[in-house]
Amino acid sequence: MTTLPEKTAKKLGLLIDLDICVGCQACATSCKEWNTGGYSAPLSDIDPYGRDPNGAWLNRIHSYEISSNGSSRTVHFPRSCLHCETPACVTVCPTGASYKREEDGIVLVDPDKCIGCKLCSWACAYGAREYDYAEGVMKKCTLCVDRIYNPHLKQEDRIPACVRACPTGARHFGDFADPESIVSRISAEREGYALLPEMGFKPVNRYLPPRPRRDATTEADGGLKLADLPAKGDGSALDRLFAWADKMLTR
Amino acid sequence: MHPAYSVIFFTTASGAGLGLIVWLGLANLLGLLPAMPSFGYFTVLVALGLLSIGLLSSTFHLGRPERAWRAFSQWRSSWLSREGLAASATYLPTLAFAIGWDRLGDNSGYVALAGAVAALLALVTLYTTGMIYASLPTIRAWNQPLTAPAYIVLGLASGAVLMALMLAVFDYVPTWAVWLAITSLAAGWVIKRLYWRKIDSDKPRHTVGQATGLGGLGQVRPLDPPHTMPNFVMREMGFEVGRKHACKLRHFAVVLAFVVPAVLVVLMLAGGSVINIILAVLAVMSAAAGLVMERWLFFAEAEHVSMLYYGREAA
Repeated sequence: MTTLPEKTAKKLGLLIDLDICVGCQACATSCKEWNTGGYSAPLSDIDPYGRDPNGAWLNRIHSYEISSNGSSRTVHFPRSCLHCETPACVTVCPTGASYKREEDGIVLVDPDKCIGCKLCSWACAYGAREYDYAEGVMKKCTLCVDRIYNPHLKQEDRIPACVRACPTGARHFGDFADPESIVSRISAEREGYALLPEMGFKPVNRYLPPRPRRDATTEADGGLKLADLPAKGDGSALDRLFAWADKMLTR
Repeated sequence: MHPAYSVIFFTTASGAGLGLIVWLGLANLLGLLPAMPSFGYFTVLVALGLLSIGLLSSTFHLGRPERAWRAFSQWRSSWLSREGLAASATYLPTLAFAIGWDRLGDNSGYVALAGAVAALLALVTLYTTGMIYASLPTIRAWNQPLTAPAYIVLGLASGAVLMALMLAVFDYVPTWAVWLAITSLAAGWVIKRLYWRKIDSDKPRHTVGQATGLGGLGQVRPLDPPHTMPNFVMREMGFEVGRKHACKLRHFAVVLAFVVPAVLVVLMLAGGSVINIILAVLAVMSAAAGLVMERWLFFAEAEHVSMLYYGREAA
């Protein structure tokens, strides 16, 4: 059914810390590995080693440069399905293949019902759905629904593959409906934000903003700037030695 | 947005067929049609033929066309599902109209009612097609109040040109048919101009700073893309057409879709029976070419908000 549940018991989602993500792509690789054998299997690649490789991935890691006042920094930005509370990708689906689970809020595609019309990918603002050209159906993040409830896995593995793989701990998984959950607490503490909230899809996933830069080279006020370095020496013996060496070497 | 030829062909062909059904039902209600059941058969055959070819071609767009029947199930929430249902439902009264006219030898009473119901369902189908696009806030150029009305008006305009051809084939070119074609073509021209003016003057709604939520920290610029070659999202949503090209194509589309057919239909007032058929065929061909261009532009000029993550600054 593509009509949305009025309320979901849980709001499972990801909390992604943009402050410590190093853009290593481990989450994307791990996601691809798990899901090409799991619920979304196969996650097809076309011409993977050729001139125009192309494949369905459920998690993509962008890197952006943020510049202000003449200085800039790199922010790595993982992008996957945000498991919106009111996902348009579900309501536009003509077949009922796309649905939002009442028990935990996970947005899924039933690969046996999808006709591959691609309308859901048009409806998603976040580019989170990728069409599998080989299978002819739409693929998307399942929040590793086949891991998180899987009794055959060890307790520590019952989290999404991307969260398990992240070497810096930049990804957290939990229930945003529970204000006492770790994701809710960290999100509240660090002002976690939703993407494009003005579009009204109410994403569940949250992003933690990069912290202000703390190193002296880029601090806005009172920080160390190249221009502030002493241009003239202080007249000490060592300084005169360096000045002499500089003179000799530039000859 | 990537202009898929199957979808362009589907919306233009079925749009014309549906427009023809609307005019057929209405003209019959007003008693304006030639009193020949064969006219009913012929026109319905052409209209449903176009609708069927369109629907068939739309399934080429699907990854799993054999499951297309599933698309009838989600009419509660999905405009695409509603379109499928409305288009299919249009067949029944349309066929009933043609067959009833022939068997009963009369095109009034229940037969006229069937024609009217067919006209209404055809209008509803045109509206649902437009709403598939108009209901997507992710695509600014489509999420416009004029999108759905434009689908209806363009369907009616191409249907009116087809109606002139149907009548010419039966050697009957009344002035009402000429006026109908001219006014609906003029309406098509006006609504497209207004639509283009609106999407040109509308400001982008979102920026890359908003999409990433990082705009407050400074200017956001893509540094490293997540993949080396375009993925599905870029192929489907990242299609761009040059501003100059779009401008030229708009002019061609207007001339071919509206101006040329209108002139040819006016000439039909003076022509003889064979000349009229030739004029009408040319008008239909010109309108078809123009509307295919218009539909191509409808896709090519539409920007998707997800492209903000891939380097577009505003959408």
